[in-house]
Amino acid sequence: MLSTKNLNKSFGSLVVAQDIALELPQGRRYALIGPNGAGKTTLMNLLTGMLAPDSGQVFLGGEEITRLRPDARVKKGLARTFQINTLFPQLSALETVTLAVLEREGHAHNWWRGLPRFGAAIDEAHAILDSLKVPPTRETKELAYGQQRLLEIALALATRPKVLLLDEPAAGVPKDESAVLFDAIDGLSRELTILFIEHDMDVVFRFASRIIVMVGGRILVEGPPEEIARDERVREVYLGKTRLAA
Amino acid sequence: MENANQHFRRKVRLHPLEIVFWLCTLLPFVVTPNYLSLASQIAITALFALSLDLILGYAGIVSLGHAAFFGVGAYTAGLIAKHYWLEPLSSLVIAGALAGLVGYATSHIIVRFRHLALIMLTMGLGLLLHEAANSASMLTGGADGLQGFKVPSVLGFKFDMFGRAAYAYALAVLFVCFLVARRVIHSPFGLALRGIRENATRMPAIGAPSRAHLRKAYTIAAVLAGIAGALLTHTTSTVSLETLSFGRSADVLVILILGGAGRLYGGIIGAIIYMVARDQFSGANPQYWYFWIGLLLVAVVMFLPNGILGGIGALYKKSK
Repeated sequence: MLSTKNLNKSFGSLVVAQDIALELPQGRRYALIGPNGAGKTTLMNLLTGMLAPDSGQVFLGGEEITRLRPDARVKKGLARTFQINTLFPQLSALETVTLAVLEREGHAHNWWRGLPRFGAAIDEAHAILDSLKVPPTRETKELAYGQQRLLEIALALATRPKVLLLDEPAAGVPKDESAVLFDAIDGLSRELTILFIEHDMDVVFRFASRIIVMVGGRILVEGPPEEIARDERVREVYLGKTRLAA
Repeated sequence: MENANQHFRRKVRLHPLEIVFWLCTLLPFVVTPNYLSLASQIAITALFALSLDLILGYAGIVSLGHAAFFGVGAYTAGLIAKHYWLEPLSSLVIAGALAGLVGYATSHIIVRFRHLALIMLTMGLGLLLHEAANSASMLTGGADGLQGFKVPSVLGFKFDMFGRAAYAYALAVLFVCFLVARRVIHSPFGLALRGIRENATRMPAIGAPSRAHLRKAYTIAAVLAGIAGALLTHTTSTVSLETLSFGRSADVLVILILGGAGRLYGGIIGAIIYMVARDQFSGANPQYWYFWIGLLLVAVVMFLPNGILGGIGALYKKSK
């Protein structure tokens, strides 16, 4: 569904992505792990077009999307959330998600019809928020932090993605609230390909069907969780021998 | 609890205060019949400020060169009246269309920039157009302006010395343009504009082509500014370089900040306060009236950072 070939990116002498070759089939749930500065978020930025690679290619459903703008990639079915909430503070959650639905349906250019005439888009947005238990009519800035994280996911879902990239979806969320968040992620369609960055290893091993480990801008190893847990190189650079031995 | 569609309907619905406001705009005909010329100037300036509000208040484009479109509209109407015909409504449409065309052309540059660069760029484009009009004196009359025509009437109503027809004309056009602007901001496109204002960098991640939206907003704003410029020409039967000046761009920005940007009525309220204050201050103190305007601006920005309507809105929220 989503793949890359020899993806490279440097900032001056700092190499942030080196020969990245990914192959994410439909319906799989991948965790992307690695120490801070490994290049995980950079990789997401390269996949979504927020950063242009120095060389290499990105494919979605077999179609090359390397030169497409970020918004065009979203329309093709590649959505993402952000590590730090980047929402629309003075719009209500319902307005925000309705906007994403309207953009997807190609109605957002319409300036001559009132918003209430787009009942189907509004209902769909409401249903998405309802499924994630986000209060729809309050302004985003008034929502609790955990609800804002869920709104990030709601926004991505409103684009009807084929591939969903989640950048630390539970970052900053208290442990008890993150369970709600991951239950919501777990309940997403099994047709959806998910790549998520996460530091909590319990979450990683619980939700991922495969794990990709990045170090220094390179993919160190990729495989099923049990294989990654046994991998000596991973133990050395990231997970720590003590924890895995336990 | 309101359902999803009611949430939007509530925001779109006409508030009773809006009806009262528009009824009040008819008061000058009976209360201040000697000030109808000023009232029509206010209506024209309000339309100009409304057009700036669409891009500044709703899309976050800070412009210091918005007079460019006002001037294009004013000169288009002036040239049509001087060389072709005196019927104002068709000329109003053409002036708006031409200003929109200039807006669309320049929008391709404008949308690439934000913040300080954007302010400088809009100012630069405004100055360019001002000097182009100044040097093309064969067409524009240069520093002397465009004169020698008189638009006699609109829809059979004669423009008289009391300014009754002029105010009715300016007010009617303002009202129609206001309804258009209101529809725009309560449409899906308006929601997208608010999204850009709130978080422009996030918009592509929900599949929004922000630049295309901004180009369209800039073009619509240019059309409205052009119509305002044409109104001035029709009601005064003269066009001066001042219509394209930096001062006019700065004034309309001040007016919008005074009234409150992003509130649709901010530009209109700002225009009323600014123009009446200017009229009164310049009458009382012809040489130093800008001092009082400056003081008014400082006071509003210090105590009502979101403008007069923003302050009223905050008070209303507190009282609820």
